Amino acid sequence: MSKRDIREPFIPERDKGLTPTIECIGLGIDFGGLTAVDDFNFTLGRTEIGGLIGPNGAGKTTVFNLLTKVYQPTRGQMLLLGRDTKDMTTADANCAGIARTFQNIRLFKDLTVLENVLIGLHNEIHYTLPEAIFRLPRYWHAEKVARERAIDLLSIFNMQDMADDIAGSLPYGAQRRLEIVRALATNPTLLLLDEPAAGMNPSETAELMETIRHIRDMFKISILLIEHDMNLVMGICEGIAVLNYGRLIAKGTPEEIKNDPNVIEAYLGKKEC
Amino acid sequence: MKKKMVHIPMPWRYVINAAAIAVIFLIFMVLSSAGVITNYYSKILMLIGINMILAVSLNLATGYLGQLPLGHAGFMAVGAYASGIFMRTASGLPTGLAVLLSIIIAAVVAGIFGFLIGIPALRLKGDYLAIITLGFGEIIRVVLLNIDSVLGFNFTYGAASLKNIPKTTTFTVTFLCVVVVCFFIHTMMKSRQGRAILSIRENEIAAESCGIKTTYYKTMAFVASAAFAGVAGSLYAGYLGILNPANFGFMKSIEILVMVVLGGMGSMIGSLLSATVLSALPEMLRAFSDYRMVAYSLLLILVMIFKPSGLMGTYDFSFTRLFGGLLGKKTGDSTVGKESGE
Ligand SMILES: Nc1ncnc2c1ncn2[C@@H]1O[C@H](COP(=O)(O)OP(=O)(O)OP(=O)(O)O)[C@@H](O)[C@H]1O
Ligand SMILES: [Mg+2]
Repeated sequence: MSKRDIREPFIPERDKGLTPTIECIGLGIDFGGLTAVDDFNFTLGRTEIGGLIGPNGAGKTTVFNLLTKVYQPTRGQMLLLGRDTKDMTTADANCAGIARTFQNIRLFKDLTVLENVLIGLHNEIHYTLPEAIFRLPRYWHAEKVARERAIDLLSIFNMQDMADDIAGSLPYGAQRRLEIVRALATNPTLLLLDEPAAGMNPSETAELMETIRHIRDMFKISILLIEHDMNLVMGICEGIAVLNYGRLIAKGTPEEIKNDPNVIEAYLGKKEC
Repeated sequence: MKKKMVHIPMPWRYVINAAAIAVIFLIFMVLSSAGVITNYYSKILMLIGINMILAVSLNLATGYLGQLPLGHAGFMAVGAYASGIFMRTASGLPTGLAVLLSIIIAAVVAGIFGFLIGIPALRLKGDYLAIITLGFGEIIRVVLLNIDSVLGFNFTYGAASLKNIPKTTTFTVTFLCVVVVCFFIHTMMKSRQGRAILSIRENEIAAESCGIKTTYYKTMAFVASAAFAGVAGSLYAGYLGILNPANFGFMKSIEILVMVVLGGMGSMIGSLLSATVLSALPEMLRAFSDYRMVAYSLLLILVMIFKPSGLMGTYDFSFTRLFGGLLGKKTGDSTVGKESGE
């Protein structure tokens, strides 16, 4: 049986010559006595759509929190485009190119859709506080450009007409999409999506799948997604990593993962003979 | 886009707002020269103005940034003393210049204190931040009270009060300060910096992951809030002519907080209205002044029960919207909610 070594990097052929977007080496984190993630070795290609799957509580969201520096790792190292991320804060990680969405949506609920995206564009807008307070020409110009950009981004999901709605009042699916738009606004090189299809119906999911691919092609970025919807994962991911109890148990193409006995065991339990 | 709304273009908004403010000012001027606004009422109006500045400045830290500092009177005290001490020594300068300088000095000194206190305090959240700022506010008061006797010179005059401060605060100065402070806060909140501040209130982790350096913007909001409280302090010094640390105790901070909460956190017009009501009421009800704190608490409890978001919620008033409404037009006013209005 040709089983892939899960310690070996696995990225698509076309990304082989480029610095990987992220490279995790022996990453691990403990919460008190609980080891939530351990010995996490993972590489994501520059234009790859990767998947991170595993049963509930496997540590997937924790991996995202490690990548975005919400948690500091107890062990191991993480490189972003070859740069060590040791001393970065969450905001630094975003400036260095990692944007994300959240499993339990974290929008700026009381602000408008447009304002949510403008906050995502924060570091793309350049004027000083005095320029803003006295409303100097640079303020007007930068705000105008930012607004146009925000509307452009919203139109990816055909949400431009909702610009003035309050984010918290949007339907659930639209909130999830808005989070993606807000993440894209920060001009990332890596987009992390935590269960983007959660709560969506099959047709919305199919549409989302197309959009995710479209986003990758349009922005030339890499995307890593956590998802329980196997149709979506198997449909768009080029490489998949499987976590169980905080450890990687398999890594490979969708085909390989589907037939991996370890994965089947983790999801369905051991076959009794 | 489908929904096409009639837009009042930007320069016109400024004209409308400036005109509205000028008209209000003129009305006051005419009323006072006609003798309708007596000296007594003009004093109350100044007090209202000072409290307005205190309320909108605290609203910056509570309503917009979403923190709960309880030491606002401390920053007011710092501004008041800085301004008072300056004014006592600045007798050579022309009055207008001296007043302007005293206000700027008060804002800068209070802002510096805001920075020094904000750095440690903003590392904490919620109740802890409330307690530590309460502590710092009290420290400021106690230092003002005792620094002279400890260091052995005449600086704040402690409990004996800092006397003979020129009474330079007039209705016009107060009015201008209210307008300018409201304008600054308004334009600040409609910028990328303001949005960053709001995003921290809304969801700090999401703000961080949008690349917003939250500590920096928290400090910015806190410093601005303190600096504007300093402006109020400066006006207060020139209004009373005498300063005593006892005027800036914990209860003063609470009084300001009540104004903000009552008006609706995050609503500038709410802060302005409740500052007006809560400053005017005690004057009207002089006879019952002993019960003021009881009335405050009752009022707060009632508001919390019946309208937890405050009287105005987060609604903001706009002269332009008002005019648009009067002209029967809908103004697409997503960019500018309100300009300063008194
Ligand atoms: N801040 C924390 N403190 C303590 N334990 C935590 C913390 N965050 C996560 N954990 C624990 O780490 C483990 C992994 O959690 P995580 O949220 O990463 O799972 P997940 O794979 O995302 O699951 P799900 O599919 O349900 O979202 C769980 O046992 C969880 O209780
Ligand atoms: Mg999760």
